Amino acid sequence: MMLPQASSLAPNVDHLFDTLLALCALVVIGVFTVMIVFCVKYRRGTDAIRTPAHRHMGVELTWTLVPFFLFMGIFGWSVHLWIKLRTPPKDAQPVYVVAKQWMWKVQHPGGQREIDQLHVPVGQPIRLVMTSQDVIHSFYVPAFRVKQDVLPDRYTQLWFTATRAGTYDLFCAEFCGTDHSRMRGRVVAMAPAAYARWLHAHQGTGLAAQGADLFRQLGCSGCHDPRSGVHAPHLYDLYGRTVPLADGSQVLADERYLHDSILLPKKQVAAGYAPIMPSFEGRIGEEDVLALVAYLKTRTHAAEDTDEHR
Amino acid sequence: MSTAEPARPRSYLEEGFGLRSWLTTHDHKRIGVLYGLGITFFFFLGGLAAALIRWELVTPAGDLLSAETYNKAFTFHGVVMVWFFLIPSIPATLGNFLLPLMIGARDVAFPRLNLFSWYLYMLGGLFTLACLLLGGVDTGWTFYTPFSTMFSNSHVLMAVVGVFIVGFSSIFTGLNFIVTVHTMRAPGMTWMRLPLFVWAMYAVALVMILATPVLAMTLALIGLERLFGVGIFDPALGGDPVLFQHFFWFYSHPAVYIMILPAMGLVSELITNGARRRIFGYKFMVYAIVGIAVVGFLVWGHHMFVAGQSMYASIVFSILSFIIAVPSAIKVFNWTATLYKGDIGFDAPMLYALGFVGLFMLGGLTGLFLAAAALDVNLTDTYFVVAHFHYIMVGGAVMAYLGGIHYWWPKITGRLYSEAWARFAAILMFFGFNLTFFPQYILGYEGMPRRYHEYLPQYQVWNVLSSAGATILGVAYLLPLVYLAWSLRHGARAGPNPWDATGLEWQTSSPPPPHNFEQVPQVTEGPYAYRR
Ligand code: HEM
Ligand SMILES: [Cu+2]
Repeated sequence: MMLPQASSLAPNVDHLFDTLLALCALVVIGVFTVMIVFCVKYRRGTDAIRTPAHRHMGVELTWTLVPFFLFMGIFGWSVHLWIKLRTPPKDAQPVYVVAKQWMWKVQHPGGQREIDQLHVPVGQPIRLVMTSQDVIHSFYVPAFRVKQDVLPDRYTQLWFTATRAGTYDLFCAEFCGTDHSRMRGRVVAMAPAAYARWLHAHQGTGLAAQGADLFRQLGCSGCHDPRSGVHAPHLYDLYGRTVPLADGSQVLADERYLHDSILLPKKQVAAGYAPIMPSFEGRIGEEDVLALVAYLKTRTHAAEDTDEHR
Repeated sequence: MSTAEPARPRSYLEEGFGLRSWLTTHDHKRIGVLYGLGITFFFFLGGLAAALIRWELVTPAGDLLSAETYNKAFTFHGVVMVWFFLIPSIPATLGNFLLPLMIGARDVAFPRLNLFSWYLYMLGGLFTLACLLLGGVDTGWTFYTPFSTMFSNSHVLMAVVGVFIVGFSSIFTGLNFIVTVHTMRAPGMTWMRLPLFVWAMYAVALVMILATPVLAMTLALIGLERLFGVGIFDPALGGDPVLFQHFFWFYSHPAVYIMILPAMGLVSELITNGARRRIFGYKFMVYAIVGIAVVGFLVWGHHMFVAGQSMYASIVFSILSFIIAVPSAIKVFNWTATLYKGDIGFDAPMLYALGFVGLFMLGGLTGLFLAAAALDVNLTDTYFVVAHFHYIMVGGAVMAYLGGIHYWWPKITGRLYSEAWARFAAILMFFGFNLTFFPQYILGYEGMPRRYHEYLPQYQVWNVLSSAGATILGVAYLLPLVYLAWSLRHGARAGPNPWDATGLEWQTSSPPPPHNFEQVPQVTEGPYAYRR
């Protein structure tokens, strides 16, 4: 059985793997051959010439330096690839993943939800934004050569571009309790047209729209609405901005910051505001937080203006 | 005739025969033997767990053990093999027995502390057994948080206490070795005349006393967290679950060098004797040992490339991991070169040593794949890693340990074992080992995650091969138990130096007298003074 190469970087990973494998095979064959030859030629009782040892600084330096430079070569190649693996393209489309003992819950920006399955279009870079509801899990798709641990109360991300339509195994790779080995799923890569049909057939309320509802239901708007009497930030144009904090430092308002501000509001208090916001930890699940974050990302003055003039 | 042959001096074994004389002994040789007994017990206990794991994995469905039991079995296997076998095996048994003999000392620097370390080892072992009897623990030997602190309902505390205690045994042994090497060398035994095994023990002792306290602290934090919920690893309280991994691997990566450095030292002794030739590049071998011990502290992050650590941190850990591979490569080349123009015999210890070099190489080279962050992404937490560490730890450390047991058996017991059986066991072990673990590299490359109690059917063929190999390997491990025990009664008398070896330990009788040497030896040249 050969592992399929189904993502854009899988061939690059395999190329490096094969090169290193060939290099190692060469070393192994070389050393084993030499060992066997010595063992046969100098076995006790043969009359091979056995003059005493002499100095061998040159030999030692050679076999120290040659491996060193080879290793550095492989290291350089690996780093180059590693940076690619870790840097999602700008146009990567986000999909949200929540892991919990023992299932994968997936939400698409359009509101489509699935469990233990992930549908993606071929040819489009996908960026998974992942978090866990309980312990550490790890999202692993061998056919794509990607894996990333999924941590509680924190977002980690992973990206890939599927290159071949098909169904691929998805595993949890970090031991997470009793049914760890059953925390499996599949990734379905589809041609763009088929994917569009799939999206349409499974349409739900958009994630941001769900977030907007939650924003009202949970009472967030009670403080954060510009018309509210409470002194709280109004949260327009927040995503991607640099926020000054009460302790004098600054933080980039990325997904992690938004997430933490909802669940752990005392952790990073924005400058100029009293730390009065209640924590939503334990009151709402990670999926709700994702919806809220998705909504906050749409909350720009520009979007609000068009809403009002419609 | 009134002049009888000179009486063989009374040996350390004849110093007293009762249980009490053993349990209160301060003789490093007897303590080494005591450790040997405890360690053998735990090895076979951990091996039993391995057999259960492997038999479960013959079929894709989890039909032999429940998921719960399976998880407890691999946790028990890991905990026992790491802390009750691999870490103490060579230093506490052969190290204790040989270190003073090899440097011409009467004993270790602190004989009482030495005995106390053994009691700590046994006490820690009892806690671990108690944990098993109470129902076991299911966190894996790595105890990752927040699973171990907030979600596992099993006996985490009990297991952690066991490991905590055995850690102190390790620290005290390290302390004892360092002071012994510094203060008790015989006249003329300069640093550059120390046998490589002593160098390895010295380096390992340093790693033990520097790294083990970090483990103790980390385990204590798990205890605090479970009992009082202080929040160090709980994100809801501002803690960081990944912090645990940094602490844990800061200990556990150096710990793999605690397992392999002694093996390297030991194999150097076996090869130089098997080839009846001076070790090639003694000084480079010493530098390599020290280099590995030092750089070993700087590579822990390569266990965490996909754990959410920053991309740049991973790059730094990756390059350091490549660098540490260099001294390991040097050692392999030097062992090979030692064979050149040697006078090579193939007794059991040499077979084990040659087997070690082969397996260590396969294990070490696959380490490069894991050190390359871009490749590690696909391979980590799969069977590739399981294969890699078994090649190093079982193929490496266990082969070396058994080679050492065979080599010094005549010294320890005064008896010779059946050479034919010993060679057969060594060869069977090599074969069984490769059949068990080589397929796991393939499984891992094809994506089978580790710690799986059920798996997809496409992985079955390699799993069946691996389980068949494990069964053979199990038999091969039982053989020495039988023929070594047999030799205790029926083996021929060994004489002081059956291998025609150099080194101070071979200059005294077998088994040695209670205080090792009739008179203090004088050292006038470097180790391995073979003619070639
Ligand atoms: C017949 C010999 C052995 C077999 C068949 C065997 C099998 C296994 C298997 C299948 C696992 C993986 C469990 C999993 O990740 O699901 C494992 C883990 C492990 N083995 Fe072994 N093993 C053997 C001997 C040893 C020995 C001799 C040692 C140490 C001296 C050892 C140390 C370990 C360790 C530290 C782990 C990690 C445990 C964990 O994943 O938590 N093994 N072994
Ligand atoms: Cu999981």
